[in-house]
Amino acid sequence: MTPQEKEQETLDRVSKTQEMVYEITVGEVMAAKVFTVRPDQTMAELSILMRDNRISGTPVVEDGKLVGMISIADLINALSSNDINAPIREKMKTKVECLYEDELLVHCIAKFSRYGYRRYPVLNRSEELVGIITKGSIVEGLLKKLETEYEHAETKADATRHRPTMRKFFEDVSADEISFTFKFNVAGQTLKEAGKAASELKNALKKLGVCPPLLRRIGVATYEAEINLASYTKGGEIRAQVEKWGITVEAIDSGPGIPDIERAMQPGYSTAPDWVRELGFGAGMGLVNMKKCADEMNLKSAVPDGTHLTMQFYYTS
Amino acid sequence: MNLNDLVKEFGLDVKTGSGHLDREVTGGYVSDLLSDVLAHGEEGNVWVTLHIHQNIVAVASHKDLAGVILVQGRQPEKDTIAQAEKENIPIMVTDLPAFEVVGRLYKAGIRGA
Repeated sequence: MTPQEKEQETLDRVSKTQEMVYEITVGEVMAAKVFTVRPDQTMAELSILMRDNRISGTPVVEDGKLVGMISIADLINALSSNDINAPIREKMKTKVECLYEDELLVHCIAKFSRYGYRRYPVLNRSEELVGIITKGSIVEGLLKKLETEYEHAETKADATRHRPTMRKFFEDVSADEISFTFKFNVAGQTLKEAGKAASELKNALKKLGVCPPLLRRIGVATYEAEINLASYTKGGEIRAQVEKWGITVEAIDSGPGIPDIERAMQPGYSTAPDWVRELGFGAGMGLVNMKKCADEMNLKSAVPDGTHLTMQFYYTS
Repeated sequence: MNLNDLVKEFGLDVKTGSGHLDREVTGGYVSDLLSDVLAHGEEGNVWVTLHIHQNIVAVASHKDLAGVILVQGRQPEKDTIAQAEKENIPIMVTDLPAFEVVGRLYKAGIRGA
């Protein structure tokens, strides 16, 4: 990077910050927790509050209304005139510059340079004190905003980098049929390891560039299918096939089979044993959830041979 | 409001995922039926439950939840902690019962999904 380019980049950064001060409101960056004092408290009490809370100034509030500001400078003056037991009322500044929470940061910054105070009380439009703003809170607010915008740009860049990978792969490669197949074995009669297949599959699909909303649907549906294998069967397998048009997830077991599929599909119907229910499963919602997540679902079962569940997920839906 | 704010406000005991407390909380969900959470929890939600076994981590991860709050001082199982650390899922413990903690979350501005 040449020095000119570097300078240009700095200029760009600055202009981004400048842009942000027109977007952020005082309310967004202010400290909402405000220490306040009453005008009848003494300067000595104030000095303790300031020390304990590590602050150098605070609003003075009487009957819910802001009546003044008091700062460490006022405290020093009181000390040097041997007046430490005077009430705050006598030492505070009553001519107070305030900001409203819905004002833009740019107005606030102007105020900082115009008056030179270190902090400004922030009011809502009903004139109630809602916060306090310092130069520190402005810097912190801007940095936070920069960070979120940066993260946003990063995920966006990530998305454009990753999303087309899989589709592009299928377009670039020519064969009569292309697919990726994944197979996971699931143990039956235990929920100890259940969920592993679903999360491994999700990871694999993520690496292939499947977009997050579809990934979540597949994750949830596969997880429910896996829980069913683990809860009700002697064990089985989860298979996933990634093709050009979409993804198929199958859950296949070798028994005992579902006697009444129609009934099993009803929300709330469950034959779960106690040990499954104790772990928070068996609410009769698994199949319903799967159907909701999948674009197509097909359930075939025979007693006692086993069950074959097929779910399809399309890339564009 | 992010998880850090909740931890401070309610004195939650952070068991896992302490590096992921800056996540914004989009809302809340309370249920002890895992399928119910899978169906109705939303991305970024905080989930209040009494379950302590490792399946809660899978649910939180699949739904991309912000974190899990365990009620009545219930401590997550060892496997749960290991899995949650692996998947960067914050688990926090409160001594309050579910009704109380949900009420306070609501008061603090957290709404249902």
